Amino acid sequence: MSPLPAKTPDGPPPPPVVQRVRVCYAKRGRLRFTSHRDIQRAFERALRRAAVPMAYSAGFTPHPKISWAGAAPTGTASEAEYVELGLSERVEPERLRGSLDEALPPDLDILAVDESEGGSLADYLEASVWRIELPEVDPAHARAAAAAFLAAEQVDVQRLTKNGMRTFDARAAVAELVALDDLPSVCAILRVVVRHTTPAVRPDDVLTGLGAVADLVPPVPPRVTRLAQGPLTLLLSADPEVVPTAPERGASPASGPTAVDSGVEVPQPGK
Amino acid sequence: MSAPTFDRITGRSVWPDLEPLLPSVKKPIQYVGGELNSTVKDWDACDVRWALMYPDAYEVGLPNQGVMILYEVLNEREGVLAERTYSVWPDMEAKLREHGVPQFTVDGHRPVGDFDLFGLSFSTELGYTNMLTALDLAGIPLEAADRDMTHPVVIAGGHAAFNPEPIADFIDAAVIGDGEQAVLAITDIVRAWKGEGRPGGRDGLLLRLAATGGVYVPRFYDVEYLADGRIQRVAPNRSGVPWQVAKHTVMDLDEWPYPKKPLVPLAETVHERMSVEIFRGCTRGCRFCQAGMITRPVRERSITGIGDMVKAGLEATGYEEVGLLSLSSADHSEIADLAKGLADRYEGTQTSLSLPSTRVDAFNIDLANELSRNGRRSGLTFAPEGGSERIRKVINKMVSEEDLIRTVTAAYSAGWRQVKLYFMCGLPTETDEDVLQIAEMARNVIKAGREATGSRDIRCTVSIGGFVPKPHTPFQWCGQLGAAETDERLRKLRDVIRADKNYARAIGFRYHDGKPGIVEGLLSRGDRRVGKVIRAVWEDGGRFDGWSEFFSYDRWMAAAERALADEPVDVAWYTTRERDQIETLPWDHLDSGLDRDWLWEDWQDALRETEVDDCRWTPCFDCGVCPQMGTEIQIGPTGRKLLPLSVV
Ligand code: B12
Ligand code: SF4
Repeated sequence: MSPLPAKTPDGPPPPPVVQRVRVCYAKRGRLRFTSHRDIQRAFERALRRAAVPMAYSAGFTPHPKISWAGAAPTGTASEAEYVELGLSERVEPERLRGSLDEALPPDLDILAVDESEGGSLADYLEASVWRIELPEVDPAHARAAAAAFLAAEQVDVQRLTKNGMRTFDARAAVAELVALDDLPSVCAILRVVVRHTTPAVRPDDVLTGLGAVADLVPPVPPRVTRLAQGPLTLLLSADPEVVPTAPERGASPASGPTAVDSGVEVPQPGK
Repeated sequence: MSAPTFDRITGRSVWPDLEPLLPSVKKPIQYVGGELNSTVKDWDACDVRWALMYPDAYEVGLPNQGVMILYEVLNEREGVLAERTYSVWPDMEAKLREHGVPQFTVDGHRPVGDFDLFGLSFSTELGYTNMLTALDLAGIPLEAADRDMTHPVVIAGGHAAFNPEPIADFIDAAVIGDGEQAVLAITDIVRAWKGEGRPGGRDGLLLRLAATGGVYVPRFYDVEYLADGRIQRVAPNRSGVPWQVAKHTVMDLDEWPYPKKPLVPLAETVHERMSVEIFRGCTRGCRFCQAGMITRPVRERSITGIGDMVKAGLEATGYEEVGLLSLSSADHSEIADLAKGLADRYEGTQTSLSLPSTRVDAFNIDLANELSRNGRRSGLTFAPEGGSERIRKVINKMVSEEDLIRTVTAAYSAGWRQVKLYFMCGLPTETDEDVLQIAEMARNVIKAGREATGSRDIRCTVSIGGFVPKPHTPFQWCGQLGAAETDERLRKLRDVIRADKNYARAIGFRYHDGKPGIVEGLLSRGDRRVGKVIRAVWEDGGRFDGWSEFFSYDRWMAAAERALADEPVDVAWYTTRERDQIETLPWDHLDSGLDRDWLWEDWQDALRETEVDDCRWTPCFDCGVCPQMGTEIQIGPTGRKLLPLSVV
């Protein structure tokens, strides 16, 4: 028997979750070099600065109720990252958006906050649209590489993971891959829709795959941006040159995919 | 002579060149800047510009209080700009060299070489090689003598600057003591000199700085040596330069409530919490402790001043933990009221308070309990420093084993399960027996814990490292224990701890081997000749000497052998050799306020195992600081209380 007080925290249990909100945010510019852990910490601090009434877990080291969806890798920008918060008091989503955005560093920008309709965030976010800029790559080369990639049955790539070097197929997860036209010949741009699978296929895996099937090796580091996340059907475009249409931003815009054109300009709800 | 190029375009951001390098380096976020509460001022609107460096990795340097304070103090001033720079990891260093990108600041990504002043903060001597990397990457000549009007004035500060002699060739100046007022005074001198058209050139400016008596300019002093290698004398080589350079002391901490808006990084750092310094200085008089000796006298921040800083800081940062820092935090005259007042204020807010540097007494357990009321409860750390009663008398750490047992019993009974104990090995007069008593002490701690709780789930970690004698302490004369002897003693201790099966599993044993301590000792008590060793190590690839994965003892020893080949001195001469009373020490002309005769007496008292009391509660023991520096002890109690914060 160990009657140590340390085992049980004193006081009443923490207040329960009364509202769940889905937050869609962007990581832009310099802040694309943040890791997911960096962002988690920045968020937790911003939530405190903005005095958001977070619900906490019970126990001796209470944690705020935050659930994260798969994060864009370090070095990539994103216009569509998601996180869900459990609140101990009801808040007006638009006010929360403003105050949280204010409390976060510039370039971590809150795009939308919506009351969650239940269901898991991870289940909802089936796939991602990525935009990959390849400076100093000839668009014609990129187009040929994309065609070769799509024609292949399987494209094995290797990546160093926490558990050592892993080999996996990068082809199956790619639902769509297009090289955009009408560009100055000094920069190729790819738009790729990738299903969220295990192991996750990341944009750099697709690039590795393009290198494998068609010798596409970017001479300078590519710039990668996640443009949208959501159900696959909403992300696929009939005509790939055309931007996927966003569902009506009615009652719950953030639960639809964030739709962004392939440029850098991004619509920011509420701004 | 070519005309100095004052008006080339300076201060331009190198970000466009840097950005493409970031995807391929480790933890790129550390080079990006944009921390919450950081500032980028308009280059052209400022006429005095400081680059401030903590010469270690960003994760260690960013939380450094000293740099954070100076950064904010300077940036608050109209027309003054300060930006920060940190050591880049070797992968980034290679990239910068390959692409010709200079050492840059993380704020404006401006080349460090473009600033008027390059201030380096040395908390530890192990940053010296990193300074050379930064100078070299910045395009600043390594030797101060080779610099011209286009280069920044390189100034060292921080505790290690109390003996700047090993880096004398590389720096233009050093400042000892508190930096808040000193950096502003330097700024004013630089501004006036620039405004007047830079009369006298670089030397003209340095002479103005040196003439204040508070800025040490090594090149204005000649060092003469005796044939046996000892220093004969250190003397100014031009008029207007004082024989002694004085340390700076901020007397009223309430007037300097910095950092007001602590920097909050995106990257992970070693110190994930906000810090409020509750007092400066320490007069407990532990004889090994340089920090305590050189920061006298004690100057407290008032309880209300601390309350205001905690409130403003939490609002500005969103941190959930506040450390109440100082060298011995429980010694604040109103610590109990402070702890209770803050715990009451932040009741129910998930804000936890912590007191690092706690003393060994039961009162501290009440404090720790109070402070952890609202938040997390981590382990408790105590520093008896010496294993035997005898050695604790030598070092003047007045803790008895009964005190310790009483304290840990209280801690374990109050629910703490993990106690960490800090010790040193290689203290003057120490024998194996003194060190082996640490094992006994740890066993008694576990025994007391098991008895107090009725549980075997009790842990105690013994952490021990080699003692390095430091300048401006009573131990500045003593011989350091050699690396092999240190390791041998630590091995014996480990064996004894492991041998007792009843306790071995409950006692964690962490130790640092003796080799890094020898290099630290060489740099701590070195003179100007050691500069050649530092340079040789750096040229051989030495970097990040505070990191075990980079530190190479063999490289240091080989470099020392080469660099000191023509000198009558070697590494042992600097480290394991005991000095006598009349020897001129390399730092004797840097005045920390401590009376040399008092220090010598205290050294003799140590050898006699005689303790001295704390001058806050007993009569002044004439260490010399207050009369020499025109300072006095600033302590409460003020009698004031912290009022609850009104709810907004
Ligand atoms: C007291 C102390 C602590 C205290 C308080 C920290 C604090 N106040 O910042 C506590 C116990 C909390 C602590 C903790 C740690 N510390 Co500590 N700490 C120190 C110590 C002894 C003094 C620091 C201090 O008093 N700072 C107060 C500020 C205000 O003073 P300052 O930095 O000296 O700056 C003033 C002046 O010196 C001057 N100045 C400084 N730079 C310059 C530059 C110029 C140009 C000028 C003009 C003036 C100037 O102006 C400033 C304002 O007055 C230093 C060693 C030392 N001798 O400095 C180690 C030290 C900084 N700590 C160190 C470490 C490693 C840590 C820990 C990471 C240990 C650990 N592994 O857990 C932790 C931090 C994180 C944690 N997990 O808690 C190392 C850093 C090593 C490195 N590679 O740089 C040091 C150097 C000790 C060592 N030799 O190993 N620490
Ligand atoms: S209590 Fe002792 S070790 Fe601690 S700062 Fe004071 S003098 Fe130094």
